[in-house]
Amino acid sequence: MTSNSSSLRSPLGRARGLGSAKEGTHHWWVQRLTAIALIPLTMWLVASIVALSGSGYDAFILWFGQPINATVMILFLGVAFHHAQLGMQVVIEDYVSHHGWRVTLNILVKFACYGLATLSIVSILTIAFGA
Amino acid sequence: MATQNRPLSPHLQVYRLPLTALMSITHRITGVGLTFGTLLLTWWITAAAYGKPEFDQAQAFLGSWIGLILLLGFSFALFFHLCNGLRHLFWDFGRYFELHETRRADVIVLIGAAAMTAATWVMVL
Repeated sequence: MTSNSSSLRSPLGRARGLGSAKEGTHHWWVQRLTAIALIPLTMWLVASIVALSGSGYDAFILWFGQPINATVMILFLGVAFHHAQLGMQVVIEDYVSHHGWRVTLNILVKFACYGLATLSIVSILTIAFGA
Repeated sequence: MATQNRPLSPHLQVYRLPLTALMSITHRITGVGLTFGTLLLTWWITAAAYGKPEFDQAQAFLGSWIGLILLLGFSFALFFHLCNGLRHLFWDFGRYFELHETRRADVIVLIGAAAMTAATWVMVL
């Protein structure tokens, strides 16, 4: 606390006064949590696509008309798009050094991921309730 | 400025990446690819919500040769990211960091991803 020589922070870091945002652990943890959830959800999605391949529109509507299938599909979409956003954020933060571009790209990725997630979930609900 | 005798990070233009490193960057590349691949999934689902003509249009594209190539790439990327992601979860628990263990895991992940991709397409086609 008293002596600067014992601090692990660099002189530049001290001058700027910006420490950790304390968000890294939460980001890391949610990325792992969504990864674990995606293991069974992905296996289910692949099995569904295999089952639906070759059959047409009616089979698709019938499949997602069942509440359990619609539920698991919506879970997959929500978790997968969240996982994608978190992963893309890390890639952008690692490779885009220009601050303005980094922030802009991260905002665009968030808008795109949660926009597509909402569109696909509403589509599943439309099928589940409508057909 | 004294810079002598410090350890250097691998110089990417002359350093041949070991398989584990190649698979690490492939994990990222497949992750980014899968993110773009969700556009196909969203299109497929949304088209079905709009109606039969829209769904048939999406199905026709996915069944064309360019659609099938995209789906083949998507499926392998998915299974690679799944298998290698599992290995990352083991790493998070501090397991399998020894060199001989990472080499064995490299092979298991690659064979696993290829086998799952092949099994899926055998069932579909």
